[in-house]
Amino acid sequence: MATFFGEVLSVYSRAVEEDEEELEENEEDEQIRRELEEKRTVHLHWNPEVSELLRAGNKVQCSSFILAVGHNAASFLSVYILASANWDAVGRGVAWNERSRSGTGPSGEGSACVFYRHKDEPAVLICHVTCHIAEDQLFQWTEKVFGYLQTRGLTVTVLSDSSVADYKTADYLCSSSAPFLRSLRSSAFSDQPVCQSLEQPNIITGLPAAGVFGVFLIQEQHNKPVILLGIFSRAIH
Amino acid sequence: MFISSQDSPATFQGFTLVMPVVAVGNVGQLAVDLIVSTLNMRRVGYFHTDCLIPMAGNNPYASGKADAEELHTPAEVYTAAELKLAVLQIRAPIIQTRSKKFRQQLKSWIKASGFSRTVVLSSSHAYQRDDQQLQGTSLRYLMTPSLLAASADALKELGWREMERIPAFPGVDADAEPRLCIPGGGITKGLYTDGCAEDLPLAVLLLFCSEGDNIPDAFALVNHLNDWLHLLDGQSEEPNSKWKIPTSWSLLFGSGIPPALF
Repeated sequence: MATFFGEVLSVYSRAVEEDEEELEENEEDEQIRRELEEKRTVHLHWNPEVSELLRAGNKVQCSSFILAVGHNAASFLSVYILASANWDAVGRGVAWNERSRSGTGPSGEGSACVFYRHKDEPAVLICHVTCHIAEDQLFQWTEKVFGYLQTRGLTVTVLSDSSVADYKTADYLCSSSAPFLRSLRSSAFSDQPVCQSLEQPNIITGLPAAGVFGVFLIQEQHNKPVILLGIFSRAIH
Repeated sequence: MFISSQDSPATFQGFTLVMPVVAVGNVGQLAVDLIVSTLNMRRVGYFHTDCLIPMAGNNPYASGKADAEELHTPAEVYTAAELKLAVLQIRAPIIQTRSKKFRQQLKSWIKASGFSRTVVLSSSHAYQRDDQQLQGTSLRYLMTPSLLAASADALKELGWREMERIPAFPGVDADAEPRLCIPGGGITKGLYTDGCAEDLPLAVLLLFCSEGDNIPDAFALVNHLNDWLHLLDGQSEEPNSKWKIPTSWSLLFGSGIPPALF
């Protein structure tokens, strides 16, 4: 937006533009759009063992799927869980978008979305995500990931990472109160809650929300156990 | 795609559907919140689509601790069977490149469900009104021919104003056909023109507004809708007091302030 004095301000607006008149797209535009869409497609690459299983028409056995998104959540998993060395990296996800670094092109080198499987308990799968997945890729990501999982008896745990600045509460948050945990869980999650539930009007968006929503995809039912644990902290990387 | 959350699929035959469009000031969505929360409507399912940005939260209409923990998603359907009313609430923006696809999904669901009529609540930029639109009320309506035929008497009684068609280039081309223009209205115009083309009984109620605290706008729109549909009866001196504000509207202007300030 430009003001009367000429400076350009970037403003966030909830207003949405009116639909563009449906213009005839020429062939070149269409091709560019198609190529861009193709480039933004989410790809999952599995190791040879899993690939073979999938090729045979089977799905990845999974009783517990843990999705960690963001620096704090992913670091927690790396330090306390993955460090035990009982984990095999079985696959990785690649989603190219405007925030991908130049080193991580569509080929997926240096991927920041890795799937790990427990060596002794192969039905426990971890997805460790530190990259940005764009809004238009979120749904596709969940659809693909959950599409590969055998979902009978599956429990999904999502660990997310948010800034305390995004947390709304009527009481003033003093500096000693962060970090803290909040949870969201589906009615089918019967275990004791580990922390307070996320109060309205707070919401979770992005990949953690897509992960929760992915559970709904499974057999098109609401009643799958899912718990989202969100950490609200001051340091966001 | 609609997915029922109950064992038996929900039936909407003969129901009136009220739905918002994500538009300037989120007025339609706020108005729908008031309807769901006041009428204590029951969630019957959700709308499964890749066109909306994912979000998740606890019950936005919680009345206490008992019902606060309930997982909610971006697009959900609520009903009040005794009023033959269904409401689709949309809580997330539409992904820009998929607005056309979303419109098509909505349209095919509306057609398949057998709603007797669909009422779309929307808003438009107040600053883009032309001279004739500046005068009088800021509320407008649009109706597709098939609904107009059935609601002509009611409309006459209500005395509502139809959304004006305005010239595309005012003062330049006087002979050009005036056209419908809903700036900031998102998919409103698309839904309406589709409704006309496919003979859907669909009405659009919209309000000219600016962004900011849009709660008064939501009350204006929902009271306007109530004049027609009579969702809540009973006259009171303060028409806004009959609506119940949901808990999700709290802290609109952010968290509490540090007590050390005083």
